[in-house]
Amino acid sequence: MSAAELVTGAVRILLPVLLALVAGGLVLLAMGADPLAYYGYVVERGLLSRTGLEASVTRMAPLLLIAAGLIVAFRAGLWNLGVDGQFLLAAVVVAALAPALAPAVPHWLMVPVCFAVAFAVGAVWSVIPAFLKAVHGINEIIATLMMSFLGVGLANILIKLVFFDPATTVPQTATLAVEDRLARLGATTVHWGVLLGVAAVLAVHWLMGHTALGLRLQIVGSSPRAAIHAGINLRRLTFVAFALGAGLAGVGGAADVMGVHGTVQADWNPAYGILVIPLVFLARFNGWGVIAFVFGFAVLMIGGESAARRVGVPTFFVLVLVALLLLFLAVVEYLDHERRRRRAA
Amino acid sequence: MFTETFVAALLLGAVTAGIPLLLAGLGEQISEKAGVLNIGLEGMMLAGAYAGFAVAYHADSFALGFLAGGAAGLAAAMLMVLCCVIGGMNQIVVGIAITLGAEGLTALEHHFAFSRSYPRLPKAETLPVPGLSELPVVGRAFFDHPPLVYLAVLLTFVMVWIYRRTHIGLNLQAAGDRPAALDAAGVGVRTTRALAVLSTGFLAGVGGAYLSAVGGGLFLPFMTGGDGFIAIVLAMLARGRPTWVLLGAFLFGISLSLTTALQVAGVNVPTDVIQMLPFAMVIVVLVLFGRNSRLPPALGLPYRRGVR
Repeated sequence: MSAAELVTGAVRILLPVLLALVAGGLVLLAMGADPLAYYGYVVERGLLSRTGLEASVTRMAPLLLIAAGLIVAFRAGLWNLGVDGQFLLAAVVVAALAPALAPAVPHWLMVPVCFAVAFAVGAVWSVIPAFLKAVHGINEIIATLMMSFLGVGLANILIKLVFFDPATTVPQTATLAVEDRLARLGATTVHWGVLLGVAAVLAVHWLMGHTALGLRLQIVGSSPRAAIHAGINLRRLTFVAFALGAGLAGVGGAADVMGVHGTVQADWNPAYGILVIPLVFLARFNGWGVIAFVFGFAVLMIGGESAARRVGVPTFFVLVLVALLLLFLAVVEYLDHERRRRRAA
Repeated sequence: MFTETFVAALLLGAVTAGIPLLLAGLGEQISEKAGVLNIGLEGMMLAGAYAGFAVAYHADSFALGFLAGGAAGLAAAMLMVLCCVIGGMNQIVVGIAITLGAEGLTALEHHFAFSRSYPRLPKAETLPVPGLSELPVVGRAFFDHPPLVYLAVLLTFVMVWIYRRTHIGLNLQAAGDRPAALDAAGVGVRTTRALAVLSTGFLAGVGGAYLSAVGGGLFLPFMTGGDGFIAIVLAMLARGRPTWVLLGAFLFGISLSLTTALQVAGVNVPTDVIQMLPFAMVIVVLVLFGRNSRLPPALGLPYRRGVR
């Protein structure tokens, strides 16, 4: 890669971020808040304080696992927008399963069983959209979104009617004892689910770039028709890509429950899924890029949660930032495309 | 359980809940016909819901509220036109951005304008249809509504006429099916699509304003809760037929109003179950009839003259 290409690459990635932050600052100004104070507070609390940094790195675990799943789906050309349902349903099932298993089986067995179950739950929740896409050719955006609403609803019903802990007043699942949760890394509060997330993103990165399955998925993604001509079983691969993506989102839910919360309360829905999408795009589906962006975003989330209490800007602002990021990403991509076209012509 | 009060409450609720879906669904149908997949519909409805409520509240006028809702939807649609129709950017990415942005902005606005209070609007004045509104059960449910409701139903048939009998209808169809042919006939594809998307935004905005100002009488952050996506499905399954959108909106309206109706009847079902009904219905409908959903060939693809 030449120096000029490196520079354009960096501009294409950093320019949308910069523009989004500036435009977001203008939104804050319009609402009567001080953007510099807000951003300063976010960096201070999300990055520069020890507890904040640990919280940010911890938050990366579910985001990275979701991102890994999205890389698979997007590279295969599938718009899995139903991550939230897959994530939450798996989280609830694990929140019910883990405290029940913990006293009965050793920890080294309980954790992998829970992760496997979470993967299966997420994958099962993607079967209907995969079927609709593979067999009927129905747009998966709508199907996955509908399944997501259904998954969130079902998760709440499970908590309120089936898995509730009779000892608590607010409906929630039984709590996983602190000593049964995912082990901490050294003297920090960060659990090893973060490493699992990093490993998942890198594994997916490798899978897509270096294996036959990854190559086939990418062909499906760039041209389904070419895939059929190449003798690829389009239907089966659609199911596989959906299951992998949704399963990883499920594992993300399990990591958040076993690493941080220990339980799931009714009506808890962090809705990470839709927020991770722009990061995966921004990184152009590149695993290393995804890890960097997820870190930056985790800082924004943790810092933003503190800022909501201190600066008085609600966390909804993060949604605005993400929307701006997507928009400027599309704009920068468009300008880059036009520039190339003009140069080619 | 199927007493007169229950059925009356169910039908009344179905109309109230169905009108936003009808307006947004008819709007989405215009865009889809013209070849633009408008995933930002949810965001346009939400923008309309906030603007509609805020103006109806401050100006003390429902009519101004609906107009403001339409204008807010129009503004969101303008973004879609600039990015996707003119710029040819990815429609899905921009659509998601519009929905997320509207979610965040309306919630922020509401926070700064109303803090933690959720003021209610007075009940909207209705225009009872003479004679018909006296009928038992169906009278109150169908013929005693704010004027906008009758206008929305009327719009369904106006759309039928536009699609079948006018050049505008043919142009829209061509912009989605064969944009190059439309271009060759001397009609601007981008102009046609831009107008289609703007109409969508306006209708979705008015639908959102009805949802907040009349349906709920108040604004809550994220209050559309997936209505925009249901409207997209309605448009997809209606295969270009406005009357099917009307029928579908009413059916979904019933499933949305079931919660309140069941409470009136004294049946206790967890609200989560009821809230899942419309989405479960979409999935069942897609699995059963999905094969028949038809979308224009050029849907989602930007048009560039001379590029194949």
